[in-house]
Amino acid sequence: MIRLPAPKPDVMARRPEIIAGLARLLPADALITEDARMKPYETDGLPAYRQMPLAVALPRTTEEVAAVLRFCHDNGVRVIPRGAGTSLSGGALPLADAVVIGLMRMNRILDVNYDDRFAVVQAGVTNIGITKAVEADGFFYAPDPSSQLACMIGGNVMMNSGGAHCLKYGVTANNLLGVKFVTIEGDIIDIGGTHVDAAGYDWLGIITGSEGQLGMVTEVTVRILRGPEGARAMLAAFDSIPVAGAAVDAIIGSGIIPVALEFMDRPCIHACEAFAHAGYPLDAEAMLIIEVEGSEAEQDALLARIRDICARFNPISMKLAESAEQSLAIWKGRKGAFGAVGRISPDYLCMDGTIPTGELAHVLGRITELSQQYGLGVANVFHAGDGNLHPLIMFDANDPNSFARAEQFGADILRLCVEVGGCLTGEHGVGIEKRDLMTVQFTPGELRLQRNIKSAFDPAWLLNPAKVFPLEDNPVLAA
Amino acid sequence: MITEAALAADIARAHAAREPLLVEGHGTKRAMLRPVQAARTLSTRGLSGITLYKPAELVISARAGTPIPEIEAALAEKGQHIIAEPPDPRAIFGGDQPATIGGIVATNLSGPRRIAWGAMRDHVLGIRAIKGDGEIFRSGGRVLKNVTGLDLCKLLSGSHGTLGVLTEITFKVLPAPEASTTLAVTVPDIAAGVRALSAALGSPFGVSGAAIINNRALIRLEDFSESVRYRAAKLRDTLAPHGDITQLDDPGLWRDIRDGTALAAAPDDAVWRISAAPSAAPAIAAALPNAKLLFDWGGGLVWVAGAATSAMHQAVIAAAGAGTYTLFRAPDALRGAVPVIPPEAAPLAAIGARVKTVLDPAGILNPGRMRAGA
Ligand SMILES: Cc1cc2nc3c(=O)[nH]c(=O)nc-3n(C[C@H](O)[C@H](O)[C@H](O)COP(=O)(O)OP(=O)(O)OC[C@H]3O[C@@H](n4cnc5c(N)ncnc54)[C@H](O)[C@@H]3O)c2cc1C
Repeated sequence: MIRLPAPKPDVMARRPEIIAGLARLLPADALITEDARMKPYETDGLPAYRQMPLAVALPRTTEEVAAVLRFCHDNGVRVIPRGAGTSLSGGALPLADAVVIGLMRMNRILDVNYDDRFAVVQAGVTNIGITKAVEADGFFYAPDPSSQLACMIGGNVMMNSGGAHCLKYGVTANNLLGVKFVTIEGDIIDIGGTHVDAAGYDWLGIITGSEGQLGMVTEVTVRILRGPEGARAMLAAFDSIPVAGAAVDAIIGSGIIPVALEFMDRPCIHACEAFAHAGYPLDAEAMLIIEVEGSEAEQDALLARIRDICARFNPISMKLAESAEQSLAIWKGRKGAFGAVGRISPDYLCMDGTIPTGELAHVLGRITELSQQYGLGVANVFHAGDGNLHPLIMFDANDPNSFARAEQFGADILRLCVEVGGCLTGEHGVGIEKRDLMTVQFTPGELRLQRNIKSAFDPAWLLNPAKVFPLEDNPVLAA
Repeated sequence: MITEAALAADIARAHAAREPLLVEGHGTKRAMLRPVQAARTLSTRGLSGITLYKPAELVISARAGTPIPEIEAALAEKGQHIIAEPPDPRAIFGGDQPATIGGIVATNLSGPRRIAWGAMRDHVLGIRAIKGDGEIFRSGGRVLKNVTGLDLCKLLSGSHGTLGVLTEITFKVLPAPEASTTLAVTVPDIAAGVRALSAALGSPFGVSGAAIINNRALIRLEDFSESVRYRAAKLRDTLAPHGDITQLDDPGLWRDIRDGTALAAAPDDAVWRISAAPSAAPAIAAALPNAKLLFDWGGGLVWVAGAATSAMHQAVIAAAGAGTYTLFRAPDALRGAVPVIPPEAAPLAAIGARVKTVLDPAGILNPGRMRAGA
């Protein structure tokens, strides 16, 4: 288990005063302090970790967010920003002496501009909510994490979330124009705007993916795009992982950038097929889902090129969707992959390392060996074009020993990712989950530098502390 | 040839001696932003060469001093290109040396393709750099997706060498298109031109360049040939209400837009770049009646050439409105006397000063480059 810092005794002792102070800043329904009602906020998408906070604030305006932050700053109270709480790395896990500031009530779309192709939305708007607001006019917001029905744009900004289509459209960072940013001192700052590449330091860039370490975001201006004329997927199944990896290389090497290029291994194919009955080939060791965009004729031409490339690698089977419905059927299993694994195992840990795609076969081979060594099942589903792996490690949460082994197994996979030239996390963030592995990827000097940059924004380390940076050598948190 | 370690040792000595340094690659953009207050120049020109290139992984790494044409040539051999299409600074700044990759990233300069595929900073995957006290650090890596730790690649991109000396850059590349074509729509004025570009960019046809020169709205398509042919035909239908359309196949056209050559600035003109919402372009044009203008990025990037006076500079600032401006090229007298980029709100400036101190404790890297006294 990952260690959390001791609660500040003075803050715990002043809880009634702190709650009274917050109550003066917020409408009565925006402050939650009873255990029963704080329960939904005690964990996030990493439910193995739970902690009741000091209080939960649910502001509706940027000014309320600023007032709460200023109050917490002046009173030395720690703060945990929260969107939908779907973080898979424990990024939104509370601390006992911290106030959770949840932005789910800031859920309004403020402006949509098709001429300039942007939308201004509050941080608590869901990812899908942006696309829903513009799709009737043929537009969409590109980054599409699998959690898009629930996760919020503020959380996406802070995790720099990706999705199945980021091979073509990029991740959150590549689709932002501006944010309304609130500092721990309660200053409200507009960063960026409705234009690109603001002169000066790239504040938008450093804030994106900062996991709630630097300040809070209450409004986001995103780029919206006109959707393609259409899209269709194909499926190609192979009898070995290295061969499927070579096919991926050949597709990219041919000059085609599919909008999506997803990879599933045998355990994952079986889990998904049992769940979704998508017609996946059960005799395959590896399967690719490849999606292209354009007019019907363009889709046909691209799928034909890809089929010819895959044919050179002796596929067990190939299936080209002939309609949007067939395409949906191909995607159905993939989209439900996490749920499908959830049905065959009581609990699972979703890992998120990235590797150079050339290392695919080697890394998946090692993961299979580790799976045997730890006696825990693993299913692999991931974004093949960019090497972002999602091994799902299956364990039983009722057995503490099983969870401990799963955590060690996961850590071994992430060490392996770094060893082959990759990184600890491609899109889920460090949170608490990978905090203590940061020393594997960064030197002490590099970690000190990043910590010092956090200190430049948050000198007293009140914002989402105990995440991202190891506690050791930390002058503020080491207890 | 020099090594990163030697450069770091040099910077550490300068740090100890509190000696300011003018940091540059080939020095092509020395006349950009403000004059640097430093007697000594530290160049990355000796730190050159491609260190890794994996076409199938869409990744290339090069030392900071590597000339852009060398990288372009290596990529072209494998049918790939630099996504952001960075300008060649020689067109605006003169000189005979090409830009280096370090200089392009440090200034975050992007060309026409930015409108569709993102800026230079969007494609930087990893950096090696030296802090102002000589300490070497890395951020990011060599994989396409990476959210591990704070993204210092973005912080250093566009920081004009004031937060660290880049020594090696790893960035994403893409296949170069098989074919490309341009539709030119004759328009009566800028407002009509921006409307045509917005219609094109709001279409499903994957426009990768959208500029206005001399009453012509120019729209570029890049893709496989069959797609380019099909989309050009579709776009003609979409754009028909906006004016007469001709089809051009002159690759030099987009190079001239990319480099700002099409602006036709006089030798003693100052040059600005304004970035604003595209729909602001007509108002910007109206506010600058005495300037030469070139519109790219759907109308959102306005290149301005005009008299190198502070009155003209004030006019550009006023015209930029809610957008952002950069005094791109000017004589020392002007660029030393005016804010060359917009000032920041006080709380952000305070954070900026602290970040600068973290990365360059003695303030020796390019002092005065972006702002007076910083
Ligand atoms: C089933 C499932 C599938 C997923 N699939 C994907 C995927 O495909 N791609 C992907 O990238 N991720 C995926 N995720 C992870 C998760 O959904 C993303 O990280 C998402 O962006 C989190 O958004 P959220 O609103 O839930 O944020 P939260 O979990 O509430 O918070 C995330 C982090 O951001 C901080 N934070 C949140 N809002 C703010 C704010 N307004 N200001 C400052 N800090 C803030 C929090 O403190 C925390 O550190 C998945 C998660 C699940 C459960």
